[in-house]
Order: sequence, then structure tokens, then C-alpha cells
Amino acid sequence: MHEIYEPVIGLEVHAQLSTKTKIFCACSTKFGNPPNTNVCPVCLGHPGVLPVLNKKVVEYSIKMGLAVDAKINSHSVFARKNYFYPDLPKGYQISQFELPICENGKIDITSQDGSIKSIGIKRIHMEEDAGKLIHERDNETFIDANRCGVPLIEIVTEPDLRSPKEAYDYLTNLKLILTYLDICDVNMEEGSLRCDANISIRKKGDKKLYTRTEIKNLNSFRNVEKALEFEFNRQIDLIENGEDIVQQTLLWNADLNEATPMRGKEEAHDYRYFPEPDLVPAKISNDRIDEIEKSLPELPSLKFERFIKNYSLSKYDAEILISSIELADYFEKVCKTTNEFKSASNWMISEVLKYLNEHKLDITQFPISPEHLGKLINLIKDGTISGKIGKDVFEFMFNSDEDPEKIVNEKGLLQISDLSELEVMIDSIIAKHPKDAEDYRNGNKKVIGFFVGQVMRETNGKANPQLVNKLLTEKLSRSI
Amino acid sequence: MYKNHSEKVQKIISGILDLKEHTKDLLSSIEKNSDLNAFNSISKDVVEKAASVAEKIKSGKHGKLAGMTVAVKDVISVKNEPLTCSSEILKNFKPLYDATVVEKLLEEDAIIIGKTNCDEFAMGSSNENSAFGPVLNPVNKNRVPGGSSGGSAVAVAAGLCDASLGTDTGGSIRQPAAFVGIYGLKPTYGLVSRFGLTAYASSFDSIGPFANNLDDLSAILEVISGEDKKDSTSSGKKFTRESLENLDASKLKIGYPKEFFGKGIQSEVKENFLKVIQKLKSAGIEISEVSLPHNEYSIAAYYILTTAEASSNLARYDGVRYGVRDLNSTELKEMYEQTRSIGFGKEVKRRIMLGTYVLSSGYYDAYYKKAQKVRRLIKNDFDNVFDNFDLILSPTTPTTAFKLGEKTNDPLQMYLADVYTTSANLAGIPGLNIPIGFDNDNLPIGMQLMSNQFCEDKIISFAKILENEMNLS
Repeated sequence: MHEIYEPVIGLEVHAQLSTKTKIFCACSTKFGNPPNTNVCPVCLGHPGVLPVLNKKVVEYSIKMGLAVDAKINSHSVFARKNYFYPDLPKGYQISQFELPICENGKIDITSQDGSIKSIGIKRIHMEEDAGKLIHERDNETFIDANRCGVPLIEIVTEPDLRSPKEAYDYLTNLKLILTYLDICDVNMEEGSLRCDANISIRKKGDKKLYTRTEIKNLNSFRNVEKALEFEFNRQIDLIENGEDIVQQTLLWNADLNEATPMRGKEEAHDYRYFPEPDLVPAKISNDRIDEIEKSLPELPSLKFERFIKNYSLSKYDAEILISSIELADYFEKVCKTTNEFKSASNWMISEVLKYLNEHKLDITQFPISPEHLGKLINLIKDGTISGKIGKDVFEFMFNSDEDPEKIVNEKGLLQISDLSELEVMIDSIIAKHPKDAEDYRNGNKKVIGFFVGQVMRETNGKANPQLVNKLLTEKLSRSI
Repeated sequence: MYKNHSEKVQKIISGILDLKEHTKDLLSSIEKNSDLNAFNSISKDVVEKAASVAEKIKSGKHGKLAGMTVAVKDVISVKNEPLTCSSEILKNFKPLYDATVVEKLLEEDAIIIGKTNCDEFAMGSSNENSAFGPVLNPVNKNRVPGGSSGGSAVAVAAGLCDASLGTDTGGSIRQPAAFVGIYGLKPTYGLVSRFGLTAYASSFDSIGPFANNLDDLSAILEVISGEDKKDSTSSGKKFTRESLENLDASKLKIGYPKEFFGKGIQSEVKENFLKVIQKLKSAGIEISEVSLPHNEYSIAAYYILTTAEASSNLARYDGVRYGVRDLNSTELKEMYEQTRSIGFGKEVKRRIMLGTYVLSSGYYDAYYKKAQKVRRLIKNDFDNVFDNFDLILSPTTPTTAFKLGEKTNDPLQMYLADVYTTSANLAGIPGLNIPIGFDNDNLPIGMQLMSNQFCEDKIISFAKILENEMNLS
């Protein structure tokens, strides 16, 4: 029954911009300072104070707009969103309503069938964050105004998403862009990235949508996906049971895995938007936009394409390697030392990332230099050492980041590819195990693994494995 | 004792006037005239400050306003002095910082003598909407002094200070100046920083000086004008007294709007005004009738736009962080309602309700947006006139000071007291009240000079002709 319906989803993401100071005053935005220490009369909304726009906020917003191919409005207007709440010192939030800084952009995601789908970005606007309420025992509530006036951009999609999974993928790509631009800490736990979702359903092929609901309190991308699944099913059940969907805001409860309606009173807002008279419109020249455009890094989608093309990587590999600029940079540096791109990618994905995960480090803290990793890959490729020894060398490099060539020489790890040396050794091993040799000749080819193991034990793993295999096959078949 | 501030400084230097003693006398004079109710509070250490400024003057290293006693309307922030806005809700509030204008006055060694009474949050035209009671007109104590900057006007008119600062959102400097018979200037929007001015209607509010002579008025304007990085709407322009010197005011072209003489104007106000025009004509000044066709909509547009902004600007007084809070409430919403019910006066509530209404969804386009368009038309009217004229001369108010209580029950009649003044705020242009005479009850009559934006120099130069040569007052 559920297959005949599809969800129509739009997302609103609030991203805290990582500027040093607040959007309308010089207070610090630092997270985790003692309550009410990052404050001044301006962000506390004392009588007579006026906002002064932080130019970095405009710059960061334009960066985001350019990164998602949005139109940058040369004339962008601030507006007041009026409502009463104790975490909002002025009784209004300075935001944007008509004429936001960016409009009509897009972010691409990969659909389930592998094709590229563009999700429309309706608008990106600048606004100030509110403070935080801290509810203590005995019905006491405290206000921490440190967050008041921390800059936010709100990124609003068109209702283009057609599944909870697409919402998840969109958020993943959005987060990656924010990370690449270095304009947001993208930490959902600290609240630097927040998401609200709008969802309605319709019968596939129909234009007509049923009533829409909004879900708030989504504290991770997984929860966005889960909450949308929950709400999709709930809406279908209502329609199937002949009931109406009520237009309302729901709160996601991650512990219970369910969404419950917010109380009616809290959502019945008429925000009475009007242009903020204390600020002049933000005017942005084409020159300024060009200048900012030039400062943009290569964006994740382009890097992804380029990695596939230049390094002949699979989509899977490319996606992992571009998951941070630093990781991608590291990979590219490795590839300056070696032409074994696939092998470099394998080393990055299996060994390097495993090490980083185990030690809870990021790539900038990784002890092995990309040049040395590249050299190591080359040593394996040209047969100087075996792949197995390569992993041992990798271990040594963690601790020293020494040149792998030096490690190989000092520790005597050179691969034994000397034919006569190996032949003598193999002959003597076969001689020591006549029964096993006979087994082989009688058709139990698996027993070759035993002989390989013996050779490796004798050489401390330094024997060239291809060569050992070749010699063993020849000698075991022949020696009757 | 002295005709202006330069003379005061001369007398201090020559030892004829002892600034400290003189300031003490001023304080006792304020005390004696407490029935006028002009002051909400007197600054701490005024006499000590006077003594130290006197020292500076003696040493020859002093600021432009050294020793000038200035009263400041109680909607402007003076660090650590009460900032009540004449409202119950801020009765206990002391600000943490100086308004930019106050900072500038202090840099030039002015003496901030105290905070003056006004209509609550600068909303009113009679100074009867104050939590501290009405201010009386020193010319006739049965009359209102005008508002909302009534206390600032009265403090100067009654000789309780040399000059004062007021604020003008729809006539709140010019109208009280007219009612008590002194000079009062509303500068161009953006010429004087609003940082530290408790907002009533942000896109209208201007801070300006009251004085009993033009020299002091220009001296203050020179000090308080200019760019302020803390105010995004600050224009960066500055008024200088130097600009007055190169101006031949007798060559300026003057217009007077025909729309300003319809019904509601007191006959003596009209007669006096026409007399002035005759005098100017015979003195060879080029003066003729002009038209401001949209002026009749100015009051309506003004009350829609200013109340809309006010409803938002006053949302911060919610009892949560500072100011008065109702302690009997147990729920948040109840606390908001009780605090604001107790804390705000009738007129403030009226304007918050009106402003909330015109911004609410479904009404925004019909009221707020339309009023914005009217505002543009009114500005265009002025632009058209200023294409051909330098100044507009008009009565400041349709009547002289009315009786206390006369209009308190009729807000619409009260609003009409601003019928000649609101259009300057809608257009963002400057306006100066000039005392031109008296009516049959010996109440002062004022005349208003308006110019294009940032042409305060033309206004003041021409006012000087009137002050010196026309012998008006």
C-alpha cells in the first residue's frame, strides 16, 4: 500500500557561521565559555543600542551562495521577525525576509539509481541566533545569552526531496560544502548545524499534495532520516484510515523514535516581519562577488569528478577521499610521489583511515608524510619489498616517519627475489616434507599454501611471493 | 548674565563668573522650580565636574563646549545615570554606556546636568504621558510645554541650564520649542548618531539641540553631528560652523506651503506668520507660495509607520532581563502580560497595539506598505520644492500651547498638534523652530524652517537674519 505514495520533503538548515565575532557586535562567538560572558549591551538588547553588520558574515554567506550556484542579490535587506521568548533579548530576531542574500541555487545528490539529481536551494539568508534556556530543578530557568547574536545562515531547499534517504544525502553534501568553505563547524551536538524538515505526501503521479507538517528537534542526519520515515508512514496511515492530516509542528523524540505535536499555542506565531530600520541594506558589488568567487576552494563535487578522471578511481573511493579537503590533499600529495593511484587509494582507505579512527585523529595529525607513503607504495610496486613487509614498514613509519627506504635497509627487509637463493631453499624444504610433496602431486593443490608458509617463515616474510609461488609450482610438479 | 556660551567662557576666563558657584546656583534654581517637573534626575557630582572644567578653562586647554550646562532628555543614555524614558517599566534602570552624543558632549567639556522629563518613550505631544507626571510650561503653568521633549524645552526656557538635547520623531523638539518660545532643531536623519537613543521609531528618531540662541545651537550641533561607526544609519556627514560663514542667507529662496493654512490653525498663529512673510518680502527676500500636496496624509502615514516600529522596538521591555518585572506571576506569558500592563502607560499601549495591528498578516500591505509609499510621495513633494527653493517656512504648530488636560482624552486632536512637523521626519529633512512672537494670551508662537537634507547651514544662516535683523521676538 505504501508504494503508491511518495513523500515531498523540504529542509531548512541553520548553519552557525564560524566568524570570530557575533553578527551585530564585537562579542566573541566562542562555544563553551561560562554563561553570559560573551555579551555586551548590543547583544543583550539594552535600550538605545544599534546593530552593526559584521562584514565577514556577508562574505561567508556569499561563499555559500556561490558554492551552490545561487544568485547573489546585490541589494539584500534585513528584516525583523517579532516574537516573545526569554532567549530573544530584543523581542525580535534580525533576519531576512524579502530580498535574502542568495536565491535559486542547487545542490546535487546521487539518486538510488546512480543518476545525479539537483535539489533546488530556494534561498539562503543571514540572521542572528537566539540565546539558550537552561532548565534546572525546582522549575527554575536560566538564560545564557552567549549565543545571542551568533551569526547563522538559513539554507532553505525547494520541496525537491522524494525520500528520507535523499534528505540524508542532501544533508551530507551540504555539510561537506560547509566544511570545504570553512565557514561552519558543522557540529550538530554543539548546535552549529540544525535542521527542520517539512513533509507532505501525495499519490505517485498526482500533483495534489496532502497537508504538510513540520518536524523540529532533529539532532543528527540519521534522526532526520528516521523522523521523515516515521512521519511519512504516519501520514499514509492517516490517509488510508480516512483521517485528515493536521497542519502542525512535530517534535522528534530520538529516544522513543517518534514525533509528537508541539503545543498549539507555541506555534501560532504571526511574526510581523518588516524591514529592519536600524540597518541599511547590504550592498554587494560584482567586483566583490568576483573577488570572493576567486577565493573559493575546489568544491567537493568538482573534486569528486576530477579524482575519478585523473586518478581512475571508483566512485566509492573518490567519495571517501574527498570527504575532507585535508584528506584529499594528502592523497594528492601521495600521488605526486607515486603513480600507483589505485594502490595509494587502497592504502589511504584501508590503512591510513583505520589508523586515524583507532587513534581518534584527523589527517592533519597523521604522523607519516605523504611523500614517505608514496615511496613505500613504490617500494612494493618495484618488488623491493613485499606487500606484507610493506605493512610492517608502515608500522615503523608511524613512530618515526622515517624514509621507508632507510627503514627497509636498516632492518634488512629487502625482498628476496634472488632465484638461486630461493631455489636452494625450496629444494631443501621439499626434501624435508616428502609426504606433503606427494599429496600435491596426487592432486591436493591446496597444500602449496603450506610450502609458501614454510618459505616465508624461513625468510621472515621477505621472499617475493609471486616468485615463491612460481618456483614451488614448477618444482612440486616436477620432482618425482 | 551672558547672551551665549562664548560670552560665558569669556566671563569665566576674566573671573567675572565662577563656574562652580554658578552651577551650584543653577542646581538650587532647579530645586526651586521643581513644580515645573522638568527633570527626572540630576547627575551625580555636577558641582565637582564644574570645578574641574573651570580649572581646564583657566589652563586654556578646554573643549568647545567647556562649562556649558546641558540637560539630556531621559531617553538618551548617560552611563550610570538613570535611563527611565519616563516609564514605570524602566524606573530602576541604569545604562552601562554613554550615548555617542553624550560621549561627544563630554569630550568637549560640557556639563551634563541631569535627565529631563518627557512623554513616556517619547510618545506624546504635551508631556502629559510621563510616569513622573506632566511638565508645566514656564510661560504659563496652566499650559502644556509640548512634547515629547517637554522637560528639555522647559529646562532651557526656564533658565535651568544653558542648552539641552531632545529627540524628535514627529515634532518632539520643534513643537515644545514653539510652545515655550526657544530654538529647537531636528537635524537631518543620519546627521547625528542615534547610538544610545532609546528607540521609539528608528527610521524617524533624531537627536537635536534646544537653545535660547543660534550660536549655542550651532555649537552643539557641530559637536554632536558626524559619523558614528556604531550607527549604521549614520550618514558620515558633519555640520560645521565654518559652513555658515560663506553663506549669503539673504540670497536664499524661501517657499511657504499653501496646504499649511487650512482649518485648525489658530488665527493669531496665521496672522503672525503672514506678518513675517510681509517683513521678509519688504526686506527683499525672495519668498513665494509652494505646494506640498501630500502633506494631508502625513499624520496618517506617520502614525502607521512609527507605531509599527515602536511595537517592535518596545518588545524588549518584557521583565526578563532588566527593568521592572511583575513578581506575582507564576507563568511566563502571565509575567509578560502583567509586566507590560503595569509597566507601560496608556499612550504607549495604544501605539503598541496600533503598530502590532498594522504589521499583522493580512493587514501589512494595506497599512504598512501603503504608508511606506505615502512616505515616498511626501519625500518627493519636498524634493520638488527644493529643486527651486532653498528653504520652506511654515508655522511650527497650528496652535500655541494648549491647556493641561485639554486633549488627553482625545488622542486624534492630540496627534493633530504635529500636523506641520511630522512630514520632515517622514522625509528625513531638518527643521528648526524659531520663536516669532506671542498670541493674545502671551503664549509663544513658533515658526519652522525646513531645508533639504544636510542643509542645516542654510537653515541656521537664514534664522540668523531673522534673529538679528528682523527683530522678531
